[in-house]
Amino acid sequence: MKAAEFDYARPETVDEACRLLDGAAGDGKIIAGGQTLVPLLVMRLTRPSLVIDINRIAALHGIAANDAGVTIKAATRQADVLADAGVQQRLPLLTKALRLVGHPQTRNRGTIGGSLANADPAAEICLVARTLDAEISAQSRQTTRRIAMRDFCAGAMTTALTPEECLTDVRFPSWRDAGRIGTGFTEMSVRQSDFALVAAACQLVLDKDGVCRRIALGIGGAEASPVRAEAAEQHLTGTRLEAGDIDKAMDELQAALSPLSDVHASADYRRRVAGALAARVIAEARDEAKAA
Amino acid sequence: MSQHDIALTVNGRAYRGTVPARLTLVDFLRDHLRLTGTHTGCEHGVCGACSILFDGQPMRSCLIFAVQADGATITTVEGLAPDPAGLSVLQDCFWETHALQCGFCTPGMLIAAQALLNRNRAPSDEEIREAIGGNLCRCTGYKQIIDAIKLAASRLQGANAPLDQKGAGSHG
Repeated sequence: MKAAEFDYARPETVDEACRLLDGAAGDGKIIAGGQTLVPLLVMRLTRPSLVIDINRIAALHGIAANDAGVTIKAATRQADVLADAGVQQRLPLLTKALRLVGHPQTRNRGTIGGSLANADPAAEICLVARTLDAEISAQSRQTTRRIAMRDFCAGAMTTALTPEECLTDVRFPSWRDAGRIGTGFTEMSVRQSDFALVAAACQLVLDKDGVCRRIALGIGGAEASPVRAEAAEQHLTGTRLEAGDIDKAMDELQAALSPLSDVHASADYRRRVAGALAARVIAEARDEAKAA
Repeated sequence: MSQHDIALTVNGRAYRGTVPARLTLVDFLRDHLRLTGTHTGCEHGVCGACSILFDGQPMRSCLIFAVQADGATITTVEGLAPDPAGLSVLQDCFWETHALQCGFCTPGMLIAAQALLNRNRAPSDEEIREAIGGNLCRCTGYKQIIDAIKLAASRLQGANAPLDQKGAGSHG
């Protein structure tokens, strides 16, 4: 399997990358880690005339963690984010999720922005970004804009980015609520590091009495894009997250979900697994917050 | 299609070449440099047979274009042993524990395992499984491979010397 012919450019600034994208008139593709794009190229499922390598754009590398949140530049390697102490401290949900993203070899090359722009339904990074209401920054030759994650994923492998836009960073807002924060992440896959059939992510805040004051619960892999379980979140807010509370919320979560059905798992199976995994991540986050 | 001049270091030796944009790094290593120890298996990032150390980190050379390796320092399986006629401690342990049968996955397994041992002198079974999780083997059932890596870890610890002085480190 060999890719069809293409031209290659290696810009050193985002402006230059955007000019190249604009000049390719919809036929340019950005390559960062290439862990999904290269397979698509060699299988000739995509045949761009120009591949624009953003790996050497210094402005697209780095992590900034402060009280406002965590900003990760698009071409930052997944392995570097996983090892980052600031992310571990301020964005532990992402650290937990990254352990399940691909393999060491793919995390060493794969980037945060690449996973987001690829928008695989099962992508853990997209799920964490959706669960925590992250914001995407995108730049084109003409414009710079921010896109809320709820508007970013537009279906399987489809995003709100135009062909002329380059994803430049993702911002995860910090939670400043009084109380103790806990997180949970898990997924079901045939083997570890395979694509998740279903994944679940949770971040929550408990007050001093152990009552849940805020919760974000996301499900990935079940539908074409990651979703928030808003009905379940509302049900759980104000409870102590005891087994009975979680059971009732899981009924609501399962009723609200419209899962995919494919050769790997039926819709009904995905619905049941989503409920089971969501219950697990809520309990994990609750126990972590209690111990904090 | 654009052609590109590249310069890179492979197993401690400097190379130059002119490559078409679509040439993958594994094809460059095998067909241009004749370093055929790195294997092409699936050619789309699933099997791990083409694993190399790219600036010291294990990566899949079928998922990198050669032009992207301009300026990089690479170690292939040929660069693991202290000399062309010898074996590294890890390679010796693979031999001793029967950690290969057909040998197709072995270069990738050795690279993944060496990368682990370079940063972790005493890996747990779980850490070993995680490190080789991206490498498929259809012969061994993995058990002997894990045994080999554990044996190499114990020998390297016992040696009580930096890995690179024992001939098991990466070149460069």
